[in-house]
Formats: sequence, structure tokens, C-alpha cells
Amino acid sequence: MQGILLAIVLVLLVIGAVVLTMSGALWLPTLASNWGAIDNMLVITLIVTGIAFVVLNLILAYIVFRYRARDGQKAAFFAENHRLERNLILVTALGIIVMLGPGLFVYSEFIHPPQNALVIEVLGQQWRWSFRYPGTDGKLGRTDPKLFAQNAVGIDITDPVAQDDVVVHGPLHLPLNRPIIIKLRSKDVLHSFYVPEFRAKMDAVPGMVTRLWFTPTKTGTFDLLCAELCGTAHFQMRSKVIVESPEEFERWLQAQPTVAQTIKK
Amino acid sequence: MPHAASHTTEEHHEPTGFWSRYIFSQDHKVIAIQYTITALVVGFVGLFLSWLMRLQLGFPGEFNFINPNNYLQFMTQHGMIMVVYLLTAILLGGFGNYLIPLMIGTRDMAFPFLNMLSYWIYLVSVILLLAAFFVPGGPTGAGWTLYPPQSVLPNASPGADWGIRLLILSLAVFVASGTMGGLNYVTTVLQLRTRGMTLMRMPLSVWGIFIASILALLAFPALFVGGVMLLLDSLFGTSFFIPVVNVLGQQLGREGGNPILFQHLFWYFGHPEVYIVILPAMGIVSDLLSTHARKPIFGYKAMVISIAAIAAIGFIVWAHHMFVSGMNPYFGFWFAIATVIIAIPSAVKTYNWLLTLWKGNLHLNTPMLFALGFVSTFIIGGLTGLFLGNVIADVPLHDTYFVTGHFHLVMGVSAIFGIFGGLYHWFPKAVGRMYSEALGKLHFWVTFVGSYLIFFPMFGEGFLGLPRRYFSFKGIESFSPIIHDLNVFITIVALAVGAAQLLFVFNLIWGAWKGRKAEANPWRATTLEWQTPTTPPPHGNWGAQLPVVHRWPYDYSLPDAPQDYIPQTTSQRS
Ligand code: HEM
Ligand SMILES: [Cu+2]
Ligand SMILES: [Cu+2]
Repeated sequence: MQGILLAIVLVLLVIGAVVLTMSGALWLPTLASNWGAIDNMLVITLIVTGIAFVVLNLILAYIVFRYRARDGQKAAFFAENHRLERNLILVTALGIIVMLGPGLFVYSEFIHPPQNALVIEVLGQQWRWSFRYPGTDGKLGRTDPKLFAQNAVGIDITDPVAQDDVVVHGPLHLPLNRPIIIKLRSKDVLHSFYVPEFRAKMDAVPGMVTRLWFTPTKTGTFDLLCAELCGTAHFQMRSKVIVESPEEFERWLQAQPTVAQTIKK
Repeated sequence: MPHAASHTTEEHHEPTGFWSRYIFSQDHKVIAIQYTITALVVGFVGLFLSWLMRLQLGFPGEFNFINPNNYLQFMTQHGMIMVVYLLTAILLGGFGNYLIPLMIGTRDMAFPFLNMLSYWIYLVSVILLLAAFFVPGGPTGAGWTLYPPQSVLPNASPGADWGIRLLILSLAVFVASGTMGGLNYVTTVLQLRTRGMTLMRMPLSVWGIFIASILALLAFPALFVGGVMLLLDSLFGTSFFIPVVNVLGQQLGREGGNPILFQHLFWYFGHPEVYIVILPAMGIVSDLLSTHARKPIFGYKAMVISIAAIAAIGFIVWAHHMFVSGMNPYFGFWFAIATVIIAIPSAVKTYNWLLTLWKGNLHLNTPMLFALGFVSTFIIGGLTGLFLGNVIADVPLHDTYFVTGHFHLVMGVSAIFGIFGGLYHWFPKAVGRMYSEALGKLHFWVTFVGSYLIFFPMFGEGFLGLPRRYFSFKGIESFSPIIHDLNVFITIVALAVGAAQLLFVFNLIWGAWKGRKAEANPWRATTLEWQTPTTPPPHGNWGAQLPVVHRWPYDYSLPDAPQDYIPQTTSQRS
């Protein structure tokens, strides 16, 4: 009775898991960046682990059904089979290599941003995001965490390069199809830059600059979330990302006041 | 062996007073029960806290007493309680204490007084932990990972003053207790095995606990050191982990610390910690499967080697929790490779469990059902770990509900199943009475099906991108309405599963009080603890003569044997 029941539950578990996955109701949000390779990695991993999941649970279901104690049944005595053990280890190792091999290649790409990328700085603090764009000189001015006492973004306003930088606290505007390097800073505690549609994610750590890169491939508005617990309003530390055509982006950027105009010396 | 000889003839001085017998007892069995009951009581606090969190997630805004601050406090206390004060304490302090001396055939631990001290110090750590609810500001809400700067900077997170200090103090005390216990378990296994009990004749339960104790001795110091520095950063304004920061408009005079350093220290402890929890559970489950399937464990040697391999590799994978922490990105390659290599010994264990069951004669009683449940939840928990270990696949999933689903199934539910299975299995020996089998089965079914219904959908939520440690998801447009329905569903099941644990409590209390008298060896098991002269075993366990071991612990269904089991104490000739 228990054996049959457990077998049924395990089979239902497998069917449920497969149906849920196939239905796509709980799947990744539509990709909006270049990181299709990450999605592929998730799919490869899902296939390999999915096969193992289905096979192992079905074997377990078969065992509890077939070998549940019944009158006159006696267990077989065997305690070792080195060939079988070795083969199982080989199959497992193979599955792991199939996942890890390509995974490391994609990771290598992930940590090597392209040369021509647009560098934007993102600053996290309890509990909001700020963004800084290089101005016409294409360079971001110097910052120092000690300068947070003087201005909200810790920027060195005596640095000539900083004068034409643009700081906004509102949505993060990004040009379509241009690689973006996000330089992350934090003013206070840990935060994490996370846009589900871009797949990429990276912590912001006070005292240092971290970075990640991606290329937006879809216009539209996306949620920027904080993915590292940062205190009471962590769940509300949100902003928007607006991906628009390069022309629209340029027009928007030109219209923003520069640091020289907004921050007093 | 003069030592063993003196042990055999030694009179066992049974203490007579109530206090020395049941309260300040040095008997490993009493200490085991004290550990177990205390851990279960704290565990229920942890369970209750999970209800509060689930109420908020399922019905946001309906329960006004839950706010963003205390949500995080409940979450932190829940996580810490479950991992450290329930699972670690019950598996090492409870099962370790009960099983080691009985299974290796000795009268008690190597250092009985230290053993007693270990329990009482554990109790102090529990009191300190729970006291945090009553100090100004309440317990810390920095997450069980305690990451600075937020955990210690004033106003940076709830409980960032007294809450965190009390928790660190409690953990330090726990480490002291765990060290006393760990030294005891390791020494006892190495020194006090009875005649014939070679290392390779030890039941896998003992192997799991033994190796986990070694892990605890090596891993806890990292937590201790990290905790001390964190405490200094909190109390005296030092800057071990705090760089120049500006919190809520205030420039703090800190400089030179590095938050990531703490993460390394924490996970250097934290990753082995999950093996401290799972290795004993694996050992227990191995023994349960073999006994109730009436079949020898498959590949005993491979099982022992995998336990050791998991433990050893477990010390060089810690930074897989930090792939997007901002640490040197090249670390990712190494920690991903090391992490997925661990999958091999873990997979070996799973295959060997299935092969142990293959062509067995499965008695599907309560302990066996929980052991089988463990195998199933460990499969899904372990496989989902391959997503998180494969560095690039971790990037989108890190800190989402996928992680919550993963660690709950692989460490939470699996370990709990091992514990439930073990408690039901050894209850007749420890108490001398039987529980209700029907209630036990009911408890299994609700818990098994419920756990899947609670935690499986979380993988989907993680794929959708739901971040963990969120008080509410209101206002995030990209999350479809399905999230809301799913969270209501999960909450309802969680409430039911939580309530079903009362069945377990009732069953054990009722069984201990009114249950049918248990036979000495109700499962017809081979290991030594079932061959004691009386049930429950007396102080000193074995009466006048220590048992002598003649065979490995898995002689089930030997072809020409008259019975389907041969106890370890039966000599070759019979
Ligand atoms: C029915 C049983 C349980 C339920 C319903 C439950 C529910 C939860 C919930 C809702 C959270 C917070 C999720 C978030 O906001 O990110 C959580 C966190 C956690 N739980 Fe459980 N839990 C259960 C059992 C366990 C067990 C047995 C363990 C033992 C390992 C455990 C360990 C943890 C840990 C380590 C955390 C993370 C805390 C943190 O993020 O700092 N839970 N659980
Ligand atoms: Cu946050
Ligand atoms: Cu880990």
C-alpha cells in the first residue's frame, strides 16, 4: 500500500515537474540583452539535470513499487559491483563536463568587457540608485568615498574631467545595441544591480568599484532591482531602465544638466 | 589492550539521585535526549517564524504586525535557528551522542564531564539567541549570513546594535560547545571502539557523524574569528570589514576595512557547515535504507570514501556563494570547477542508495519512508546545486528564490527527513516504547508532499527573477500575477505542513508515555545498539561484558543464513 502510494507520488512529481517546465509559465522573462549564451547555459543545465531528475526518481518509484515487502519475498545479497560503479562515475563526469565546459567559456566572456563599451557609473545607497554618465569628453570624473560628505555622489568637483559628467537619480537611460560597462559603487552597505531581463547581476560594495557588462538588445522599460539584502527597504530599492535608440538616448543625455551646473564647488 | 580490559571489568557507577541522573547527567544517552529535546523546541520557534514570513508573502498587507523590519528579523532568526541551533545541534549533539558509544560498543564518551558541559553551554547559547527578541532594537535582521557593513553599522539594518552583538555572542558560545562535543566524538571514535570494531566495520551513521565532527572542529574557528572581528567593528568602531562609508547622510569615521573579507571567513565556515549537517543525515539514511530493505549497503567502501571526499573538497569551494560578490572574477573558474567536482561523490552516494534498495525487501514503515523521502529530496536539491555551482548559470539565479528552493530542499528538508527517520528508528531503543505507526505515516505523507509543494515552485519563481529576502513584491511590474497566486498557495501549504509537525510531537509524547512496550530489536537490525542487554540500555550500556564485533554492520539476507540478518556480535562460525 505505502509502496504503491509512494511510487504514484514520485511519478506525479516527475510529471508535474516536466509539465510545469514545458508550460513555460515559470520561465525566464524575455531576454533583452546579449546574454543569450547564459540562457543557453541554463537550458543545457536544465536538460542534463532534468534527465537525471526524471531517471533517478522513476527508478526510485519503480523500486518502491517492485520491491515493497511481500510474503515470501527475500532480498538479494549483493554489495559491490566495481564495473557498475566506475561506469556510473564516468557518466556523471560526462554530464558535468557538458555543463561546465561551455559554462566556463561563457563566464570568460562575461568577465571580459569589449573595448568600445559605454561606461556608466551606478551608485547604490539606502535605498535608491543614482547614475552617472560621462559627458562630451567621454570620461568619468574622479570620485572618492570621502567626498560623500560634500556631495551626494562623492564626486571630485575640482577634477576638470568631472565637469561635464551627468548625474541623474531617475531612470537609467541606455542606448540600444551598444555594449555597456556598469561600474558599481556603494555609498553605505552592500547592494546588487539586477535587471532580470538582462540576466547580468553584480554586487555593489562600499570601498571598491565592481563592474559588469551587457548590451541591451530590446527597447523598452525594465525594472532595476536590488538583489543583495541592504536593510529595511531592500525590497523597495528599485529604479527603471529605459532602453531607447541611440539618437533618442543622445538627445536625452544632451538635455541633462552637467555636474558643473548642478553641484556647487 | 590493558585499557579495554579495564573497561570490561569496570563497575558502572550508576548515579542514583534525580538531579545527577536526569539533569546534570554525564550519561551520553541522557545528554543526547537533552540535546534533542532542546533542539526540537528551538526548531519549533524557527518553524513558527517561517509561518510569520509566509503569512506576509502570501497575504501582503493583511497582517499589520509584520513590517519590513521584523520580517527581516524573523528571517534571520529563522535561518540561524534552523541551520545551527536545530540541525547542527540535533545531528551532532543528539544523534552523535546517542549513537557513537552504542554503535562502536563503548560505555560512554571519552570525556563524559566535557560532554555534559557541552550540552549546558549549548543551552546558554540558545538562551542568548532567543534573548535577542527582548533587547532594544530586537534581533538582527542582516540575514543569517551577517554580512557587514549592514549588520553592524548603526541604523543600517534592524537590530544593528544589540541584536547582532547578542547573536555573535551566542554563536561564540555555540562554537565553544560544539568544540567540546566535537573533540569528544572524534576521540571516542578513534580511541574507544570495542574489540573487533575496526574503522571499516563502523556503521555509516558513525562515519557521517565522525567526519562531520572533524569538519566542525576545522570550520567553526573561521566563524569564531569572523564573529570576533565583527563584534569589534560593532562595539569599538574598528574597521576590519568597514571601508569609508556614509550611512543615511552621515559620514562615519571608518576606513580600510573590506566587507568581502568577512564573506570569505563566513563561507569558509558556511559551506562546510552544510556538510556538517548533511553528512550525518546521509549516514543515518544509509543505515535506515539498508536495515529496512533487508539488504547490505551497496558499495560500503565507496560510501566511506565519498563521505571523506565530500568533506575534503568541501573546504575548497566556499566562494561559490560569492560569484557576484565583487571578489576577483578569476576566482570564479576555480570555485566552479571544485564545486561541480563535489557532485561526483554526492552522485555516488545517491546511486549507491538506489542500488542498496534494488532487489531489496522494502519494509515501508515510518523510518523507511522518511529515508526514501530523503533520497528524493536530496536528488532534486543536489541537481539544482549544479545550476548554482556552474558560475555563469549562477549569475541570473543568485539571490533569487531559486536559491531559497535549492537550499531548503537539499539542506533543510533532506536533513530534517534524515532526522525524522532517525528519531522514529531509534525511538524504541531510546524510550523502550513504540509510537503509533499510523500517525507516523500520516506525518510522513503530509510533510513529504507538502515540502515539494512548498519548495518546488520556488525554482520557477527564481527563473522568473524573484529576489529573495524581499518583504513584498508589490509594484514590480515585470512579475506576472501568477507570482501572487503561487505565493498564496505556498503559504497555505506551509501552514498545513507546520501544523502537521504537531502530529509528530504528539506521537512521540504519547508513545513515550502510553506506547506499547518495544522489543529489544524491533527492526531486526545488525548493529550493536540493538544488542544491548536491556532496552533502553542501562547506564554503561553493556552490563558486565563489552560486546565483541565479528563482522561488518550490513549482513542482511545472507544467502545461507537462517535469519535475514546477522548481528555484528555473532561470530563467524555460527
Ligand atoms: C516548512 C518549513 C519551512 C518554511 C515554510 C520556510 C520558509 C522560509 C522563508 C519564507 C524564508 C525567507 C525567504 C526570503 O524572504 O528570502 C526562509 C529562509 C531561510 N530558511 Fe526556511 N523555511 C522552512 C524550513 C527551513 C529549514 C528546515 C531550514 C534548515 C536549513 C531552513 C533554513 C532557512 C535559511 C538558512 C533561510 C535564509 C535566511 C536568510 O536569508 O538569511 N528553513 N525560510
Ligand atoms: Cu538591497
Ligand atoms: Cu556552499
